[in-house]
Amino acid sequence: MELLTAALPALGEAANLIFQPVVLGYLVLGVVMGLAIGVFPGLGGIAGLSLLLPFMFGMEPVLGLALMIGMVAVVPTSDTFASVLMGIPGSSASQATVLDGFPLARKGEAARALSAAFSSSLFGGLVGATFLTFFILAARPLVLAFGLPEMLMVTILGLSMVAILAGRIALKGLAAAGLGLLVGTIGEADAGGSLRMATYDIPYLTDGLKLVIVGLGIFAIPEIVSLLRQDKSISSTATLGGGWLDGVRDWFANIWLSVRCSMIGVAVGVIPGLGGSVVDWIAYGHAVQTTKDKSQFGKGEIRGIVGPESSNNAKEGGGLVPTLLFGIPGSGSMAVFIGAVALLGSGDIEVGPSMLKNNLDITYSIVWLLALANVVGTLLCIAASGGIARLTTIRFTLVAPFLFMLIAFAAFQSGQDLFDLVALFAIGLIGIFLRRFDWSRPAFLIGFVLSNPAETFTNQAYQIAASRFRRGFEEGIDYIFSPIVIVLIVVTVVSIFFGIRQAKSIQAEGDVQSGSKRAPLIFLLLFTAYLVIAVVDASTIPDDVFTDKVFPLTVGSISVVCCLYLLFRMMTRPETDTIFADKEVAGEDAEAGRGLWSTLAWFAGLLVLSAVFGFIVALALFLLAFFRVRAGLEWAWSALLTAAGIAFMCLVAGLLNRDFPPGLLQSLVELPWPLT
Amino acid sequence: MSSKRSSLRHVAAGIGATLLAALPVSAAADMSGKTVQWVIPFSETGGSAKWANFFAPLLSEALPGKPTVVVKFMPGAGSTKGANWFQRQKHKDGTLLFGSSGSTQFPYLLGDPRVRYEYKDWNPVMATGTGGVAYLDKKSGARFDGTANKLKDIEFIYGSQGATRLDLVPLLAWRMLGMKVEPVFGIKGRGDGRLMFERGEANIDYQTSSAYLSGSMPLVKAGTAVPMMSWGALDANGNIVRDPTFPDIATFKEVCEATAGCETKGDAWDAWKAFFVAGFPSQKIAFLPRGTPKEVIDTYETAFAKVKARPDFAKISAKRVGKYPMFVGAEAKAALGTATSVPDKAKAFVTGWLKEAYGVSLKKK
Repeated sequence: MELLTAALPALGEAANLIFQPVVLGYLVLGVVMGLAIGVFPGLGGIAGLSLLLPFMFGMEPVLGLALMIGMVAVVPTSDTFASVLMGIPGSSASQATVLDGFPLARKGEAARALSAAFSSSLFGGLVGATFLTFFILAARPLVLAFGLPEMLMVTILGLSMVAILAGRIALKGLAAAGLGLLVGTIGEADAGGSLRMATYDIPYLTDGLKLVIVGLGIFAIPEIVSLLRQDKSISSTATLGGGWLDGVRDWFANIWLSVRCSMIGVAVGVIPGLGGSVVDWIAYGHAVQTTKDKSQFGKGEIRGIVGPESSNNAKEGGGLVPTLLFGIPGSGSMAVFIGAVALLGSGDIEVGPSMLKNNLDITYSIVWLLALANVVGTLLCIAASGGIARLTTIRFTLVAPFLFMLIAFAAFQSGQDLFDLVALFAIGLIGIFLRRFDWSRPAFLIGFVLSNPAETFTNQAYQIAASRFRRGFEEGIDYIFSPIVIVLIVVTVVSIFFGIRQAKSIQAEGDVQSGSKRAPLIFLLLFTAYLVIAVVDASTIPDDVFTDKVFPLTVGSISVVCCLYLLFRMMTRPETDTIFADKEVAGEDAEAGRGLWSTLAWFAGLLVLSAVFGFIVALALFLLAFFRVRAGLEWAWSALLTAAGIAFMCLVAGLLNRDFPPGLLQSLVELPWPLT
Repeated sequence: MSSKRSSLRHVAAGIGATLLAALPVSAAADMSGKTVQWVIPFSETGGSAKWANFFAPLLSEALPGKPTVVVKFMPGAGSTKGANWFQRQKHKDGTLLFGSSGSTQFPYLLGDPRVRYEYKDWNPVMATGTGGVAYLDKKSGARFDGTANKLKDIEFIYGSQGATRLDLVPLLAWRMLGMKVEPVFGIKGRGDGRLMFERGEANIDYQTSSAYLSGSMPLVKAGTAVPMMSWGALDANGNIVRDPTFPDIATFKEVCEATAGCETKGDAWDAWKAFFVAGFPSQKIAFLPRGTPKEVIDTYETAFAKVKARPDFAKISAKRVGKYPMFVGAEAKAALGTATSVPDKAKAFVTGWLKEAYGVSLKKK
């Protein structure tokens, strides 16, 4: 009751603040801008907010909030377009959506997949806001109950989803996750600053690889290359089935799944320090476990979309809790948001502990602006989904060069370094081979995403626990085995147990045939070689920074053992065994008209040209050559499409105040933008 | 409009002249229609971003011709990537500005192998500083009596961003006081450190001035935290005095003097003071690239002086970037001088201590 007496008047004030035509106008403006930016993979909320910053100074607070929240709220909605239609994970929020969304698009049911995703997003956003309205007043002690052991357990729960997504051979999935974890440790260690698989001579590596690049490389590049080789459209059927109404119906049929995943989203979003990276995987795992017929997952199961999409918008609401209550940003865009709020009005609104006491009405305005933005954004997206879905019927050879252009630009935004493109290409190669030999790509990505939290939380929790144990055994045990930890352990164990039993029926890569022994064996040997090198590298770190070496050493060793078992199995089994799975033996890839290497060479060409002439010149040459030679268009058409691509790229970069990768040419002569 | 602007310029010029007596104020070139790029070697999410975003519109208004000022982010390798890039830039038309912070100054001082930049080549035009306050949990706070004498047998846990970052200053201070503080590395920002303290996992913490005021003061008022000491502030002669923002909190210098075994002279003290100065009173500095002619430097100095002279400056800056003292022109140069000149003995002491206490060595592998 006490809660209600505090909440209701403030809610009324918030409603008065929000429901003014001008505020709603700003909200819609923000939503439209957010949608436009969210459609691009890799840009996300931070780019959009930075764009708004110059206007925030001294702006009427509620208007500024409406504009900013409108923009931030819809990014996890609109990035679904890229993940469903192109198989490109637009942000960390839409990785799991790719798994079933893209196969649906290939079946010609893109509109259905999109509208199911949007309905789920909308619902998740509303559940999140409702929950927050009451929860935010009581959240403080709960957030404080999540210490390091609890966060570590949530991370481990996320990692346990590997069990479900491991594929047909559990140890293969485990090794893929291990590789992901190790790739995540590349660079300067958080604890002691030791370098792992990096050198100061290549400063790029000391920062480690960015999620955008790994996500694009692992999911987008292999799919684009594969489709390009087949020279068809994304949708395998010419007529698009499944209209947007079907998608809404699909969501409604799975409404309880949507409710549960929304709650998962809010709950995990509330925990500061984890961010949203685990949410969609946990939701996906939950969707798999609660579905009776699991055979369709990875091939276009609608529940695989409803689950993660319900959770990722709910998570945005949950993420507001640490941001507003503690002044600790739950994500990068929230950090910019905090900075921007300080610029608003006379600067009186201070995000942090005083927010609930002094600005409860503003707090509620933020929560409900978020919900409202979700509604507006979703309706716009659903309205657009039918039309945009037609993109999947265009001949893919005409789409692919633009996709290469977009992902190269997106990758470059993460570090503004030519190495971004090199890293993208390298990770893309790994992705192509993981896909070809039926190694679980989701397992690799989960490993990568959770590598840093797993290592940091383990080290920190260990350090603090050791100190507690020195004070007394009981105090130590109380710290490690809190009730929350015990519950999470039970959930994790149950999830792994059922996960392993179910993993065989979930084939993210479809039914991959086995054939010759040589190629899979060579890849396994290379795979093992990297693991061994990484382990040796970690073992050279001096013992006085033990915290920097123990994690890569342990993970690497376990992965090597997995690989040794796989090697043993390869030696003892015939070449028809599933362990020799190879997409080049039979199926779409094997029957494709074009070779893998010649297709990949096009993309490599774009990178090499960029390194020499800078991105824009390289892009012009690449697009022109591609349309003329590969797609066989006339010169006039080629030139027209090239001009359109360049103009579009310059427009986006110009609006967002971004640069393009420079090449050798730029270091010799000064050129005007956009050639710089 | 133009008469208003020129009268403003007269006012600012007058103030600038009194403030920077040594500097002649020349008639500034008109910059209308130009775009000034202010490069920040960190991501959009950090404190330096907040700082530059606050100053950018004010600077735009104060520069002659009101050019657009855009903040551009160039994160990487703990800000050394952006600083190395800035080192390669030469003066063109005065539309490039760079913002460094304590995290750029420390690798330079510690001889980080990635550093390819030289502060002496650059032209500082404005600097701002901050202070910091260390505080204890309730239990150990009860044993704090203005000295660290009774704190020496407590096992302290501290959430830290890394021993080579700004955290070097509190860690070294606590060590000089003879306290056993175990840093838990790997947190992503000082806010996370405060959260760890609030959860009871850490029992000692420090925050910079503005974060202390907004985040930790409520804890002190609620009785769950006890302030221990501030790092202090520098007076005109370079002596450490009480921080004007926290006149009631003793400085580390005072606590050290009162604590048995802690000395305010010698290598350890020199090293602490040097890194404190580099990290706090002159934490963030705005630079023009090397080769910038004097009249361009003057233009920027006048503009920043104008910003500082705004009647509402104290009010708007306090809320948005914290109560930072702001230095312009000669003061900024002096601030840079103290921030980047550390005696070799002090440097050697710190590198030795980092290696011995935390196993950290900044050498090529």
